Amino acid sequence: MNRILDILAGIGRTLRDSVAAIGFATRFFFNLLGVSPGALRRPGLISEQTHFIGNYSLVIIIVSGLFVGMVLGLQGYITLTPYGAEQKLGQVVALALVRELGPVVTALLFAGRAGTSLTAQIGLMKAGEQLSAMEMMAINPVQRVLAPRFWAGVIAMPILATIFSAVGVLGGYLVGVKLIGVDEGAFWSQMQANVDVQADVMNGVIKSFVFGIAVTFTALFQGYHAQPTPEDVSRATTRTVVIASLMVWGLDFVLTAIMFNK
Amino acid sequence: MNCSVTNLVEIRDLHFAYGERSILSNLQMDFPRGKVVAVMGGSGCGKTTVLRLIGGQIRPQSGSVSVAGEIVHKLDTDGLYRLRRKMGMLFQFGALFTDLSVFENVAFPLREHTNLTEELIRDLVLMKLNAVGLRNAAQLKPAEISGGMARRVAVARAVALDPELVMYDEPFAGLDPISMGVTANLIRRLNDALGSTSILVSHDVHECFAIADYVYFMSAGKIVAQGTPADLRVSEDPYVKQFVHAAPDGPVPFHYPGKSLADDLGLEARA
Repeated sequence: MNRILDILAGIGRTLRDSVAAIGFATRFFFNLLGVSPGALRRPGLISEQTHFIGNYSLVIIIVSGLFVGMVLGLQGYITLTPYGAEQKLGQVVALALVRELGPVVTALLFAGRAGTSLTAQIGLMKAGEQLSAMEMMAINPVQRVLAPRFWAGVIAMPILATIFSAVGVLGGYLVGVKLIGVDEGAFWSQMQANVDVQADVMNGVIKSFVFGIAVTFTALFQGYHAQPTPEDVSRATTRTVVIASLMVWGLDFVLTAIMFNK
Repeated sequence: MNCSVTNLVEIRDLHFAYGERSILSNLQMDFPRGKVVAVMGGSGCGKTTVLRLIGGQIRPQSGSVSVAGEIVHKLDTDGLYRLRRKMGMLFQFGALFTDLSVFENVAFPLREHTNLTEELIRDLVLMKLNAVGLRNAAQLKPAEISGGMARRVAVARAVALDPELVMYDEPFAGLDPISMGVTANLIRRLNDALGSTSILVSHDVHECFAIADYVYFMSAGKIVAQGTPADLRVSEDPYVKQFVHAAPDGPVPFHYPGKSLADDLGLEARA
């Protein structure tokens, strides 16, 4: 009997702690939004961070986009050929990229590349008492350090996802048209005729914007609340990748259900 | 030391604990304007906690800390930040911003809190760096300078806005004897030049006694002795004597309290 009670108490404690942690993170998120006007009044700080964060991820985004597009071109051709629909390859590649793969893969790569850097950077600033020093200078570190990075991530993500999709389409074109020999006119015209700017491209951009919020906030939150020790900063970095990735998958399902529910 | 008009900082009946663990109890301290006051004691006695309470980074369980007539823990965030503009703090390891140059580190509070022109900021920063002897290191990064130099840059940054109160957390830790002397003289000189009040947390007896006007000795979160350096040098208090003469044993035991060695080795049981 006692054993059952212990298990129930353990489940209850875990649930209570989880709710408390979500509440704490939500409060911090609104605190970050609350100090954002102060950060937005200094666009120089945000553009500096956008340049920094965007550059972190640019190479991996371009290379991954190219290969994902090439694989899509190849797989799409293999799948469409039995139905005599290889002319549709351009449409398939573009829709897969702008609707799903562009935003999702970019967000996952961004979490692994820029997100971990952000967590480590903030965590080490905390360990080196740089954030405390800022507080003692009457400067709010959430406004001065975190908010510019947050908005930089939110701005950088749709740009990176767009680059990913554009390079991916190019990869699909290289494999489908140049390598396999699908008709070039059909490739581009099918894409142009069947990819809707509002329904497909803009929805993809909205997705990457939401993922940008989720991934960047997770990275900053983990760094800011890491214990100032090497062990916990490294654990926080790992947590950033795990939590941000799971959030991306979950949000992608919800957003897809809302956006493409016809 | 009891006239509140002359005291910039006053601590009254202060209790502070981390959970169940009491750190400071029944603390009474005064820090008169224009003076250098040292807070001394062994590691873990609560010295740095006193600084953190004065800076409003933590809140006491009871009692009060007042700075320039304001009770620190009763202030809201805006009030606290307004008060902190009157303070400068040197952290134990400098806490310089590693992505900024020496110049930019010192310019940081000026850029954040003033609308001065770039030209004026440049002049002010160079003057502050000149005061700490590092004007020619202005373009170096924190990773390119020694620990002692980093500490001096941090001093220049702490006094960039000419604060009324400057707090130094272990300013001599890890410094060679020359850097130690240089830093000690710098603290005294800056205090007199700025007309500010300095609180010096340290366990370095020689340097503190050389520059402080008044010294508090702390042990286990309490004040165990206080007075001018001249008084404390001739004090017969066993704790002060042990600390000043660096005796290995005395009121502060060499061994961490707990079971005896005989207990741990099970010698009594064997007998």
